[in-house]
Amino acid sequence: MKKILLIIQREYLTRVKKRSFIIMTILGPLLMAGIFVVPIYLATTTNETKQVAVIDETGLFFGKFKNSDNIQFHYLETDINTAKDAFGKSDDYALLYIPQTEVALPTNAILYAGTQVNINVKSYIRNVMSKRIEDLKLEAQLADLTKDDQSPINLDDLLRSIKTSVDISTIKIGSDGQEEKSYTEVSMILAIFGAILIYFFIFMFGSQVMRGVIEEKTSRIVEVIISSVKPFQLMMGKIIGVALVGLTQFALWVVLTFIIITGVTSTFIGKSVPGANPKQLIEQSAGGFDPGQVINLPGEPQEEEGANEVLSAINSIDFPVMIGSFLFFFLFGYLMYAALFAAIGGAVDSEADTQQFILPLTAPLIFAIVVAQFIVQDPSGPMAFWLSIIPFTSPVVMMIRIPFGVPIYEVALSMAILLLGFLATTWMAARIYRTGILMYGKKISYKELWKWLRH
Amino acid sequence: MDLFSASNITKQYAAHRALDEVSIHVPEGSIFGLLGPNGAGKTTLIRIINQIIAPDTGELMFQGRRLQPLDVENIGYLPEERGLYKKMKVGEQALYLAQLKGLSRKEAEKRLSHWFSKFEIMGWWNRKVEELSKGMQQKVQFIVTVIHEPRLLIFDEPFSGFDPINVNLLKEEILNLKANGSTIIFSTHNMASVEELCDHIALINNSRKILDGDVRSIKKEYATNTFEVRFNLAEQDLHTILPDTFRILKNGVDNDLQVARIKLPEETKPNDLLALLMPHVTIHSLNEIIPSMNDIFIHVVTQKEVAE
Repeated sequence: MKKILLIIQREYLTRVKKRSFIIMTILGPLLMAGIFVVPIYLATTTNETKQVAVIDETGLFFGKFKNSDNIQFHYLETDINTAKDAFGKSDDYALLYIPQTEVALPTNAILYAGTQVNINVKSYIRNVMSKRIEDLKLEAQLADLTKDDQSPINLDDLLRSIKTSVDISTIKIGSDGQEEKSYTEVSMILAIFGAILIYFFIFMFGSQVMRGVIEEKTSRIVEVIISSVKPFQLMMGKIIGVALVGLTQFALWVVLTFIIITGVTSTFIGKSVPGANPKQLIEQSAGGFDPGQVINLPGEPQEEEGANEVLSAINSIDFPVMIGSFLFFFLFGYLMYAALFAAIGGAVDSEADTQQFILPLTAPLIFAIVVAQFIVQDPSGPMAFWLSIIPFTSPVVMMIRIPFGVPIYEVALSMAILLLGFLATTWMAARIYRTGILMYGKKISYKELWKWLRH
Repeated sequence: MDLFSASNITKQYAAHRALDEVSIHVPEGSIFGLLGPNGAGKTTLIRIINQIIAPDTGELMFQGRRLQPLDVENIGYLPEERGLYKKMKVGEQALYLAQLKGLSRKEAEKRLSHWFSKFEIMGWWNRKVEELSKGMQQKVQFIVTVIHEPRLLIFDEPFSGFDPINVNLLKEEILNLKANGSTIIFSTHNMASVEELCDHIALINNSRKILDGDVRSIKKEYATNTFEVRFNLAEQDLHTILPDTFRILKNGVDNDLQVARIKLPEETKPNDLLALLMPHVTIHSLNEIIPSMNDIFIHVVTQKEVAE
């Protein structure tokens, strides 16, 4: 046990001291922060004026969407189908459709666009709509109050009862008129992002294990070491050491990314487009009602709601769950694959010989990434379910599913099977590894590996 | 007493029997030569002693009891295929390998600084291994093999890659280790160093042991009753002086002296040869020709191969 700790320590220290580790530690957070910050930045600096056509069947929002330098609204009187047909030929950026509702006030709208909808346009529309509806609700409430002035006004209850969130779904209209639901939601970005990160981590650190084994074999130090420790101890020591490097890297990334995002957003928020500016929004939507008494109360949720959508979405992510499940699926997905990577490293003589083994090994991971776009569309469908149970794809696919919410027993089942997968591959890998590291100058075939496995 | 013994070791690989009922006995405090042509099974046997691989059948005894996993801390092994982590610093690496052999960090530091100064490589402590010459790397490798002062040392072709000066240094160190009570198993093709260092040998060929024993008695066993005589140039031909039972293997001139190598008939003593020669020539010297280990090696290996 003392010796395996020595091995872990060596594997860990030699890697975190490497220049490439330090470079990755700095580049990673810049990249990750970029993924969050660039959309905000781009959204706030577009100087092109976007034309948005509006079909308001309710008639409640007429004149409420204010034109600015960035967005200009014009109202159409046609029905939605004609407008959709015409949309492709017009220069309009997007088409907003607010359908008529039966009884209640409208709480959803559809935004048609030719490309991905700019997140600020969407958040501006959402803010205007919810503000207008809240005003309408407030007016109704106040009208009730004036009729019945016996009961004291409870401002908190009042505010809670008028609070409205508007759901805007975005649909992409292709040039051929084909409609396709498009995803700008943060949970989807997060799903794909988490999946790619796991894929990338397993690949990167798995091949680090493999290269480490090949290095020991080609430098011929392996025989010196296994005269002191068992081959299994050497293999596990290396796998665990590299896992700790991965976790260290991840921890540093999380910390540094938060620092960067916090730093950058604090400089950007407050001088963005009207849609993203809470104060302006409040003034715009105040209407005939004196806003000073209600809207500017401390702790008023509207302020956050009005802030940039990206940020509020980030705040809504359940980071402990995301990071916790990321850590589990990264760790055990990595452990399962790393053992197999170690076996490949032990079986070959040089990195050039690894190709024929790496491809079949990593095919499930690549497959999982390829089907990721279908899984985000149907995160609880049968394909998503089975791929998140099979241990070779579950680390990636589960990361896609988790932001959409997965029943706890499915997560537990997936975790348990992944754990079994890890034990099984490690057992197999150890047998191939201990024979392979003592073989030199032999071209290894699958038949040969099978023989080692049974030996 | 034997420090180490292996009895009836057999190791079978898929289609190839690497060792077939091989037994060796390594007396305590001796230098034991493990000889044999390439592919004979020496490395397999050495790996079995190091518990890197397990034999199919057979028994291994160490210090009077069965060999145990923890005994690796009492064995030092310098493999033929050896190397170090190229990117790691020399001192750090030596410390790591010493600790893997069970030394505490403090003890390892103390012993390493002793050895590094002895080999005059202290200045290389913080250099990367890849910056070292091959000979220098071999020195580091030797140090980490002996650093834990094991009872049994196994050197597989230790002199390959060393220049003659370092070979001598190494030989000296090996003899020192022996003087300090270590037992050494020494595998090599270099027969000259076998003659110089080994007390006992075992010769393995085609996975079987074909010869073992202490070096002096093996040589005696393979002595062929051949003598080399130096004498003043004789007028007469040697053939007329000696009877036909005395075979003249070589007859030449060296520094104005006649030199002849003569194989005596069995049961004939060198005195009989002298008695025959003395009336005719002036004798300068007479030496017995003792077969070199090299001759014995070639003789035994090729003969057996022919016999099969």
